[in-house]
Amino acid sequence: MIRVALPHHLQVLAGCNPEVEIDVDGAVTQRSVLDALEARYPMLRGTVRDHVSLQRRPMVRFFADSEDVTHLSPDAVLPGAVASGDEPFRIVGAVAGG
Amino acid sequence: MTITRVLVGTRKGAFILTSDGNRKKWSIDGPHFGGWEVYHMKGSPVEPDRIYASQTSGWFGQIIQRSDDGGRSWSQPGSDDAVEKAAEQGMPQGESNLFAYDTSEATGRPLTTHQFYDGSQKPWKFTRVWHLEPSLDDPDTCYAGIEDAAIFKTTDGGATWRELAGLRGHESAPDWAPGAGGMCLHTIVLDPADKDRIFVAISAAGAFRSDDGGDTWRPINRGLKSDYIPDPTAEVGHCVHRIAIHPSNPNTLFMQKHWDVMRSDDGGDSWREVSGNLPSDFGFAIAVHAHEPETIYVVPILSDSLHYPPDGKLRVYRSRTGGEEWEALTRGLPQKDCYVNVLRDAMAVDAADPCGVYFGTTGGQVYASSDSGDTWESIVRDLPAVLSVEVQTVR
Repeated sequence: MIRVALPHHLQVLAGCNPEVEIDVDGAVTQRSVLDALEARYPMLRGTVRDHVSLQRRPMVRFFADSEDVTHLSPDAVLPGAVASGDEPFRIVGAVAGG
Repeated sequence: MTITRVLVGTRKGAFILTSDGNRKKWSIDGPHFGGWEVYHMKGSPVEPDRIYASQTSGWFGQIIQRSDDGGRSWSQPGSDDAVEKAAEQGMPQGESNLFAYDTSEATGRPLTTHQFYDGSQKPWKFTRVWHLEPSLDDPDTCYAGIEDAAIFKTTDGGATWRELAGLRGHESAPDWAPGAGGMCLHTIVLDPADKDRIFVAISAAGAFRSDDGGDTWRPINRGLKSDYIPDPTAEVGHCVHRIAIHPSNPNTLFMQKHWDVMRSDDGGDSWREVSGNLPSDFGFAIAVHAHEPETIYVVPILSDSLHYPPDGKLRVYRSRTGGEEWEALTRGLPQKDCYVNVLRDAMAVDAADPCGVYFGTTGGQVYASSDSGDTWESIVRDLPAVLSVEVQTVR
């Protein structure tokens, strides 16, 4: 079980709590976590990463166990504390603008 | 009983203003999609309780919302049965909406490049939906104008969207360039007399027309003159801000261009300027009276550098002669210290008699006139900056 912390607007869109729990098969990576998140919450497709290219949207960042993992390869294994469910994978909207 | 429903898209959500046929007392419902930009909302002419909305964010992308009860409740169209079932158990209530350029061999066009601000070429990239235009005869069919410029169509109520790629594939497309707001297709006008005829406008490429339901397109910019582009009378490159027609006379088009108010009496084949005595012919919005095909409205803005009205006076200008001769409409509008803008999708007319005229400002006011523009009052004062206004007269 993986915990994912979502920013306010995506919580509203998905009708969910600030943190959701999802099951991820195999290695726990950005890609596998986002694949599982979008499968469970289909309205989030296209909101965190581009619908077509699957590239991270420019004003979204990822944190795991206090590390900024935004620029890691989508297939890099995330810290063990995320894989074990002790820490959430955090999706954060950049602080910008009014 | 008649209901008048004003659909207002703002920088921070959507609002629905409702009144009866007298249009004196208004109730305000919202914000819907709080915190998100709502570029446009529009209801189906044949099923008014069906409303499409474009919810967009620089952070989280594009969402299409749909209401089937006049805006009381909303969902993202496209849910399959499993998702619908899960929704009943408090789980997700819809899927997001995919706008992917059609690059297929059968119906698409290759993904090429267009001109960028600095003259370099930039690949086409989807950013947001600027405008939604529901079909005149089928509530499940709706067109979407997007940035980077293209037109999409749904025939299943917004669940899936398909690009009409002939427009993006036009031979002039590499010369299209973004206006200040991006390279957006912001205007879609459907011809009520000919369901195969569609007009669109793109900033900054110009106006285009399809006579075959959107398969093929041609520029219709003859007569436009734009001194800010290298060839002022070029076939494309004009920053057209908005086009409006009267349903009874769809061969006559009225246009607010970046500068200049224009009209065409041959379906866009040729244009002539009708700015006449306007204090400024720069502006964004233009609308046609519901019952008088030669009565048109604009809101003059001082310039493209100064996006506010001349002299700090918010004035709607009305022409009862289809242009050239204009009168200022000021009663009830601020006539000093007013520096708001009125954007291209932010003016609309209702179908009542006398005709109601409505517009929203970047200062968050929505002004309404229930007497064809003679007098005005603000029906809401302190919304976020208004991006779009549409009106429904529901009987």
